[in-house]
Amino acid sequence: MVEHRPWRALSGHLVLLLGIAVVVLPIYVAFVASTLTFDQVTTVPMPMTPGTQLVKNYGDVIAHGSTLGSRAPVGRMLWNSFVMAMLIAVGKIAISILSAFAIVYFRFPLRRTCFWLIFVTLMLPVEVRIFPTYKVVADLGLIDTYAGLTLPLIASATATFLFRQFFMTIPDELAEAARIDGAGPMRFFWDVVLPLSRTSIAALFVIMFVYGWNQYLWPLLVTTREDMYTVVIGIKRMIAGGDQATEWQLVMATAMMALLPPVAVVVLMQRLFVRGLVETEK
Amino acid sequence: MEKRVVFRSSWLPYALIAPQMAITLVFFFWPASQALWQSMLLQDAFAAKTQFVWFDNFKDLFADPRYLASFRVTAVFSTLVTVLGLTLSLLLAAFADRVVRFGAVYKTLLIWPYAVATAVAAILFVFLLNPTIGVVSLLLHAMGVDWNYLINPTHAMILVVIAAVWKQISYNFLFFLAGLQAIPKSLLEAAAIDGAGPARRFWTIVFPLLSPTTFFLVVVNIVYAFFDTFGIIDASTSGGPVQATTTLVFKVYQDGTQAMDLGSSAAQSVILMAIVVTLTVVQFRFIERKVQY
Amino acid sequence: MAKLAFRDVRKSYGAHEVIHGITTDVDDGEFVVIVGPSGCGKSTLLRMVAGLEEISAGEIVIGDRVVNRLEPKDRDIAMVFQNYALYPHMSVFENMAYGLKIRGFAKDDIKARVDRAAGILELAPLLERRPRQLSGGQRQRVAMGRAIVREPAAFLFDEPLSNLDAKLRVQMRFEIQKMHRQTGTTSLYVTHDQVEAMTLAHRMIVMNAGRAEQIGAPMEVYANPATQFVAGFIGSPAMNFLPGKGAGAGRVALDAGGIVMHASGTVDTGKSVVVGIRPEHLAPCSAADAAITGSVELVEQLGADTLAHVSHGGAMVVARLPGGSMPDVGTTLTLAPDPARVYLFDAATGARIAT
Repeated sequence: MVEHRPWRALSGHLVLLLGIAVVVLPIYVAFVASTLTFDQVTTVPMPMTPGTQLVKNYGDVIAHGSTLGSRAPVGRMLWNSFVMAMLIAVGKIAISILSAFAIVYFRFPLRRTCFWLIFVTLMLPVEVRIFPTYKVVADLGLIDTYAGLTLPLIASATATFLFRQFFMTIPDELAEAARIDGAGPMRFFWDVVLPLSRTSIAALFVIMFVYGWNQYLWPLLVTTREDMYTVVIGIKRMIAGGDQATEWQLVMATAMMALLPPVAVVVLMQRLFVRGLVETEK
Repeated sequence: MEKRVVFRSSWLPYALIAPQMAITLVFFFWPASQALWQSMLLQDAFAAKTQFVWFDNFKDLFADPRYLASFRVTAVFSTLVTVLGLTLSLLLAAFADRVVRFGAVYKTLLIWPYAVATAVAAILFVFLLNPTIGVVSLLLHAMGVDWNYLINPTHAMILVVIAAVWKQISYNFLFFLAGLQAIPKSLLEAAAIDGAGPARRFWTIVFPLLSPTTFFLVVVNIVYAFFDTFGIIDASTSGGPVQATTTLVFKVYQDGTQAMDLGSSAAQSVILMAIVVTLTVVQFRFIERKVQY
Repeated sequence: MAKLAFRDVRKSYGAHEVIHGITTDVDDGEFVVIVGPSGCGKSTLLRMVAGLEEISAGEIVIGDRVVNRLEPKDRDIAMVFQNYALYPHMSVFENMAYGLKIRGFAKDDIKARVDRAAGILELAPLLERRPRQLSGGQRQRVAMGRAIVREPAAFLFDEPLSNLDAKLRVQMRFEIQKMHRQTGTTSLYVTHDQVEAMTLAHRMIVMNAGRAEQIGAPMEVYANPATQFVAGFIGSPAMNFLPGKGAGAGRVALDAGGIVMHASGTVDTGKSVVVGIRPEHLAPCSAADAAITGSVELVEQLGADTLAHVSHGGAMVVARLPGGSMPDVGTTLTLAPDPARVYLFDAATGARIAT
């Protein structure tokens, strides 16, 4: 900025630090709670420094869930969440990059129709068509399967448009040079398009992994068996009716494990994440 | 814009596009058309008789005070989430844009709530604001506030708004920061030379130049508050107390799983679809980043 | 290596024809430049040879095969693009080797060929680099290397020097000539730059609006332009065109005043013609002999010669004078052309009128 006044820089840092403190507070309290015993966590007021139960609490929930609420082991849920996030991320990227390639590099009857059919799916999130979709999945016998958990969420146009946009920036001459070099369409796809799309794929992967991991409403509907729960829906099932029955230290340990993988992905791949976020919102 | 180069094949493009088309048709168009059809049917509880009733389900909905109440709740909720979320994140972004040192560190520390699932965010705040053991509740009690979101409708609304804003702040922050950083510094310097102080510069130059970003974020935040916050509400208040936090999406879910009125549930889905389509169209109309074919 | 032949080649988009029948032969080892203004169809014609555009009518022959129905890869051609079209994620070596790899050449053979091409183009130290680490001139050499390694029947160049700065262009013209001397491969070269055309071509095809206006060796086209378009397009500064009417044997009366003597026989008195005079063929003369009389509006000194812009009846006439001469702006200049080098064109059709 233009002026150089020390107090302005200082006030900037103060506001930001305050903002960060507010953002971090819930996580800190959750972390502390996840390291305490049941008695400590229900003490009023709760201790505000980490306790000694970290390994025990996390180990307990991973192996056999909570004692008073749901007993589904969180280890299994984490695995389900991971599988779901991976299938959604990889599935979306795979089907989108192929269809974008077809739409950009081929002319075929019904191309326009396909484009618009995909385009329309941009508009409707799964939340609004939830029950009809549930019925289709149930009719196909996909309740409590990974396919049922992921396939309806793979149908989205965002990734297709991102790839289409990216392909449009690849110079035409590159494809012409490849044709003269003797490469057919699929060879061109593998040797040129795919390597050039690496960054877009990675950016999209970060966004889609987080999206998949954090799904709530859909897994809530299509999973009925405990061994198919994802961790995000598993947490809620641990909160039993009354306050006395809720083992907050275990709920918080589960919450920490539920938020750690996507947060780690976002923080570690921050640059790709920001890029993916900005590009998918075009 | 079209590619000049095209490959020729009579079957390959269809094979390439088939997976996406198959999934789109089966899990998107089929259910969506089912919803449209069912929204005009009347079924009795045992699905023994089905009657085509045109728009009666919609008429019934708009005559139902509980449905209208959930419209009101959604309006209040999304307004609060959008206004609070945008204000706070713009404030943070403006300060982050200004500081030279540690800018990247602040950014990293502010973006990660985006990655926290809505339901998990809700659980974190349920714990913080738990009427008996919540850390923040104790502070509130000490200040003389009789905080209890389980029985006080206003408190319940405050809880879900806080959780929703907390999660969305990082998203808004990133876009505001990018928008701020795209403003040429020379413009601000010119204004400073013209004698405009920092506050005046912000309101007369920065804010107007930021308006496309702001508009985009308003639409995104409304969509977020309407649809993506189901997890927050289900995991914290379950729509209560007495419907105080029952949003449209939550009501669709509640009616669909409990009330067994398929026609009404489908009609609600159709209304939601209409809302999303409207918002998307508005977004495309007013933002220049249209999808061009 | 091979001959090329165009037989009444046409291109249309729907009902709209953009290339109206080109017929010519290109000899084995010949370097032919297709030159013309943008939008004249020259690139389209080249891309039809490459197989990147369909041939609407007529035939293109490479070697002894009609290639109309062949895929680009089966036509035995290599192409150098204006924007280089190097694969950004591959090294220089991989870029040059890619076409050979697809065609299933043995590793040793690929390496030998790439090394040989790298030797010709002085690319040997750059083989491990990525395209973005190269300068524009180096990238274009790699693109040429990619063409050489295949040892095709013909090279196709699509405005290969247009992305380079002026100095580099001169150097690359030299490189292309050198490469052609060493490989002796039949080459088709598209450009809008008549200097490139003049310096590189054995023969050039001057195109305008989808037609070949003239096909011939550069000096022949320069000395004997077939049409007013060719006359104006080839040569720099461009030829002066002055409207006039036939005024008896060997004489044309200019509409803006003055009589021009020419050696193109008799033009019917009163017939509208366009007189074409190259700036280098105008010389100062006495007022009595002057064909063109006008005041000097602008003088450009280029060192070796001086360009005088003379106002003549509202139009500007450019004369190329010896480097030392320096007429003052505002003074009157009297000029006359060498009658043997005055060109007459039909005012209606643009066709050359010659005896």
